Amino acid sequence: MIHTLHSSVITIAIRALGATLAIATTAAQAAAPTPASASTYQEECGSCHTAYPARFLKPADWTTVLGTLDRHYGADATLDATAAGEVARHLGVGSPPANVPAATALPRITRSGWFVHEHDEISAATFKSSAVRSAANCSACHTGADRGDFDEHSIRMPQGTRHE
Amino acid sequence: MFHRFAMAIALLAALPAKADTPQQLLDRYAAQARTEVAAYPGPSASAGNRFFHARHSDWSCASCHTADPSTPGKHVVTGKPIAPLAPTANAQRFRDPARVEKWFKRNCSDTLRRTCTSAEKADVLAYLLSAKGGA
Repeated sequence: MIHTLHSSVITIAIRALGATLAIATTAAQAAAPTPASASTYQEECGSCHTAYPARFLKPADWTTVLGTLDRHYGADATLDATAAGEVARHLGVGSPPANVPAATALPRITRSGWFVHEHDEISAATFKSSAVRSAANCSACHTGADRGDFDEHSIRMPQGTRHE
Repeated sequence: MFHRFAMAIALLAALPAKADTPQQLLDRYAAQARTEVAAYPGPSASAGNRFFHARHSDWSCASCHTADPSTPGKHVVTGKPIAPLAPTANAQRFRDPARVEKWFKRNCSDTLRRTCTSAEKADVLAYLLSAKGGA
């Protein structure tokens, strides 16, 4: 009973804090990333996939991604309001819209013109190989991907795959 | 309004500090389960073992955390490396209740298409605490 009371009061407190932060984030739209926002981004997004650099998508596309975290490419990646604000800050965008229509197509880095062009010599078989699995697995070849380093000199193709 | 907010902050401050041991987290999930399930038998490592390895959808817990949770895992879709899940192999695991809840929420949603019960969380944690470390 006491626990339930705690939970509901905490929920109210968190919502109040979240609303305050959401307002603050909107006001400080496209605020510069901070060490704290970088750390939150790495933890919340970089646990499951490469912490993609902000430059990989257009700001409007990041906004769509952040507004659809409940259906994040087949996974539930919902964040609390504090983390969502930090991630938005890190990606250089404002708060995501509350309701993105369900039919909205999710942006794909791998379908961006620059990505397709940069990888046009990599075969589909290489992307599907057991060492790579997915084009989302940047660090399979880009050894500095987790540090945001995608320099050509840092590329090491896994054994059994080819850079044709 | 302000009074209500101040009370919430005061209650937050009165809560026990975080940084618990995995056993304390397990005890808390079991205590919660006792309030949710009539005649709750208590946490079971063998039930947790079955739960961990069962395919609940396309995925099981083991899909990413591997069949041996004391070894490093790999995200089944993205290939991203995952540190060992069992606290016996990774002292960072199951220390921060909010972090643990966040991952149960995300991963149960992905794997079971629902939230996990307190009893299931207690069972899985009992299983993970029984997993051999540093294998």
